[in-house]
Amino acid sequence: MAVLSMGIFSSLIGSMSTDFAIKLASSAIEKGHKVNLWLSGNAVGLVKKSQKHLKDYSTGEKHLIDLMQKGVEICTCEACTYARGIQKADAIEGVQWNAMHWYLAKIHSSDRVLQIGGE
Amino acid sequence: MADKKLAFIVQRTPYKSENPKLALTHAISYQTVEILLEDGDTVTPTVCLVGDGVIACLKDQKAMETYGITSTEMHLKSALLVDLDVMVCKEDLDRFGISESMIVLDAEDMGADKKIQIVPFASIVETIKNANHVLFF
Repeated sequence: MAVLSMGIFSSLIGSMSTDFAIKLASSAIEKGHKVNLWLSGNAVGLVKKSQKHLKDYSTGEKHLIDLMQKGVEICTCEACTYARGIQKADAIEGVQWNAMHWYLAKIHSSDRVLQIGGE
Repeated sequence: MADKKLAFIVQRTPYKSENPKLALTHAISYQTVEILLEDGDTVTPTVCLVGDGVIACLKDQKAMETYGITSTEMHLKSALLVDLDVMVCKEDLDRFGISESMIVLDAEDMGADKKIQIVPFASIVETIKNANHVLFF
């Protein structure tokens, strides 16, 4: 088993990069690996609950909950999230809130790191 | 006990993209990462400005006056203040016609000892080779 950490900086809507990262995380878990996801920049919109899945847009809520139930640790950048007007009460339960050093600490214990860049 | 070397490669222009600021703030956070690590474990980031990213080190940025936000220049100085290695690609500075006198070279006004290093691209490649993980911003 390997440890994979992904830093996601791209928004869920408008780019398929985040959608790709979520699917990759799911595949890695299925293969028995440990996965950590760090959300920063525009990716933090992903933690907002009550996302409505319209067929023209990617959706993340259901997938995030599914990943967390399978043991994926997901953490959002507190500063990036508050700056975008999302409060903890608005967020999907189970997502961790922390500072950027959380990502660096996960990188330290990772075998592989993927940086999913922002816009 | 292990040290992990991280290369933060900044290749976007500031203010057009959030990436340069996020690269710097993530790198700076190495200062407090030890609270989440085992005793003796450390993280050592190096920030490398390449391509369009070299624009981030232009001095006298007016971000606070123009946008009401902390400038990337100030973030670079904060990086120096916490003893981060910051490298700027000499060839890319030359391509933009940016001379040494036009960029932030130190943060002496804040009490930092570290200075920005203008280096050939080959040195940045060497930093990437020696890093445990490479993060592109």
